[in-house]
Amino acid sequence: MSVASHYSYWITVLLMTAGLYIVIARGNLVKKLIGLAIFQTSVYLLYIAPGKLIGGTAPIVAEAFKLYSNPLPHVLILTAIVVGVATLALGLAITVRVRETYGSIEEDEILAADRDDPDGA
Amino acid sequence: MILEHLPALQVTVPLAAAPLIVLVRQSTVAWGVATAVSWFAFAAALLLATQVAGGGPVSYALGSWPPPWGIEYRVDALSAFVLVLVSGVAAVVAPFAWRSVAAELPRDRVYLFYALYCLCLAGLLGMTITGDAFNLFVFMEISSLASYVLIALGRHRRALLAAYQYLILGTIGATFYVIGVGLLYLMTGTLNLADMAARLPALAGTRPVLAALAFITVGVSLKLALFPLHLWLPNAYAYAPSAVTAFLAATATKVSVYILLRFYFGVFGARLVVGELPMPEILLALSILAIVTASLVALWQADLKRLLAYSSVAQIGYITLGVGMASRDGLTAAVVHLFNHGITKGALFLLVGGIALRAGRAGFERLQGLGQVMPLTSLGIVLAGLSLIGVPGTAGFISKWYLVLGAIEAERWWLAALVVATSLIAVAYVWRFVEAAYLAPPGAATPQPGEAPRAMLVPAWLLVAACIWFGLDTSFTVRGARSAALLLLGGAP
Repeated sequence: MSVASHYSYWITVLLMTAGLYIVIARGNLVKKLIGLAIFQTSVYLLYIAPGKLIGGTAPIVAEAFKLYSNPLPHVLILTAIVVGVATLALGLAITVRVRETYGSIEEDEILAADRDDPDGA
Repeated sequence: MILEHLPALQVTVPLAAAPLIVLVRQSTVAWGVATAVSWFAFAAALLLATQVAGGGPVSYALGSWPPPWGIEYRVDALSAFVLVLVSGVAAVVAPFAWRSVAAELPRDRVYLFYALYCLCLAGLLGMTITGDAFNLFVFMEISSLASYVLIALGRHRRALLAAYQYLILGTIGATFYVIGVGLLYLMTGTLNLADMAARLPALAGTRPVLAALAFITVGVSLKLALFPLHLWLPNAYAYAPSAVTAFLAATATKVSVYILLRFYFGVFGARLVVGELPMPEILLALSILAIVTASLVALWQADLKRLLAYSSVAQIGYITLGVGMASRDGLTAAVVHLFNHGITKGALFLLVGGIALRAGRAGFERLQGLGQVMPLTSLGIVLAGLSLIGVPGTAGFISKWYLVLGAIEAERWWLAALVVATSLIAVAYVWRFVEAAYLAPPGAATPQPGEAPRAMLVPAWLLVAACIWFGLDTSFTVRGARSAALLLLGGAP
C-alpha cells in the first residue's frame, strides 16, 4: 500500500480532471468533445483496474486455476465503451450540423452570431 | 402466461418498436406504431400498478437469472407510480405529435422522430423499472441520447446548440453517476440495488461510499436540473419541437428525481443521508434558491415557452424541497408534485404547441388577444396555469398542501410561508399570459387561422382535465405517493 502501487488510480484521477477541465475551458466544440471522451475513458480505467489480479487468469472452474480476475467489470465497460462511442458520434454529428448552420465551431463566434441575429435567418 | 412477463414487456416493446419504425420508413405507419406502443406501455403500467397495490412489489428476473446475479426488474409502490406518469404522458403526447410533428419537421424525417420517441420512452421506463445500478446507467444513456437528437430536431438553429449543450452536461452527469456506481461496486461487489442496500450499512461512513454518494448526487442533480445545474434546461425546452418539450418536461426530469429518491432512501438509506450528512440542508438551500431565482427569471421572459421552461426549474425546486424535508409529509409532497407537475407542465407545453403551430413561435407579441382567436387553447393555459400556481381545486394545490404540512410538521414556519409567498410569483407570470391573451386586442402578429386542430386540442385538454381531476379526487395520487413515501422511509408499504 504505497502511493506508487496505486498508480492506476492516479492515472484515473489525472484523466478525469484533465478531461473535465478541457470540456470547461475550451470553446471549440470538437475540443470539448475530445475532453468529454477523455473524461469518459477515465471511468473505464476506474472499473477495470481493480478487477485485475496480478497472476490471475480467466475464471475457469478447474483444479489448476485458483486465482482469477473478476470478469464482470470488463463486461460492464464493454457496454460503457459502446455508450461512449455513441455519445461521441452524436456529438460530432451535431457539431457538423452546427458548422453547416453557423459556419463556425467556436463557441464565442456562434453566440455572437445568435446575438446579432436572434431569429436565425 | 404473458402477464408474468409484463415487467419485461413494459420496456422491450417500445425498445423493439424503434428499429421496426426505422425499417418501415413510412410516417403514418411510424405514428401508428408509436401511438400503439405508448398505449400498450400505459396499459402495462396500470396493470403493474394494480398488481403492486394488491400484492406488494413485483420482482422479475431477466433471462431467469436470479437476482442479485442477474438483472432484476423490480416494481414497487414508487416505481409503479412513476411508470404510470411516464407512460401516461407518452400515451397523450403520441396522438398530439401527429399534427404537430408533421408541421414542425421535414416530411422525410418524421419517421425518425417516432423511432427516437420510442427509444426515449423505453429508456425512461427502463430507468424506472430496473433494480440494477449499471442497467440503470445504460437506460439513462438510451433515453438521453434519444432526447439530444429529439431536441436537435427543433426548427430554430439554436436547437442545435441547445442539444449540444445538453449532450455535454448530460454526459458529464451520466458519467458522474457511473463513477459513483463504480465506487459502490468496488466496495460492495454487487450491482443489484436491494443487495447493495443490504451490504452498505456495514460500510457506512467509509470514504469511497461518501465519494460515491457525492458523485451520484451531482450526476443525478445535473440530469434533474437542480439549481445551479439547470443551465441546459431553458434552451433545450425552448427550442425543441413542441411534442418533445411536452414529453421531456413531463417525464425526463421526473425520472431523475425518482433515481435520486431511490439512491438516497433505497440504497444509501435515510440514516446515512439524513442522519449523518447535511444533505437535507443542502437540498433545502438549493431548492429555495431554485424556486426564487427561476421564478423571478421566468417573469422577464419574452416567450411563453421559455417562461414555462424557467418555471419548470422552479417547480423542480418544490419537488427537491419535499425530498430535503425527508419526512413522511415532505416525501409525499415530493412524489405527488412529481406527478402533478408532470401533468400540469405536459398540458401547458401541449397547448403552447398549438400556438406554435398557428403562430410559428409563442413570443408574447403574438399572444395579444389570443383569448378571442384561440379561446379553447387560452382557457386551457389559464386552467393549467392555476394548477401551476396551486389554486385549490387543481392538482398543484394538493402538492403545495403537503409541502406546507411537511414544513409545519418540522416546525419550519418560515418555510411554509415561503412556499405560499413564492406561489405569488407564479401568479405574476401566469398573469402575464392572461394580460396578453384577454386584456389586449388582437395585434398584427396574432395568429389568424384561429383555433388549433382538434387532434392537438383533445390530448392537451385531456391533461388539463387531469389537472382538475387530480385536484378534486386525490385517491390515486396521494395514496400512491403516501405508500411510496412510507416505502422510502422503511415503513410498511
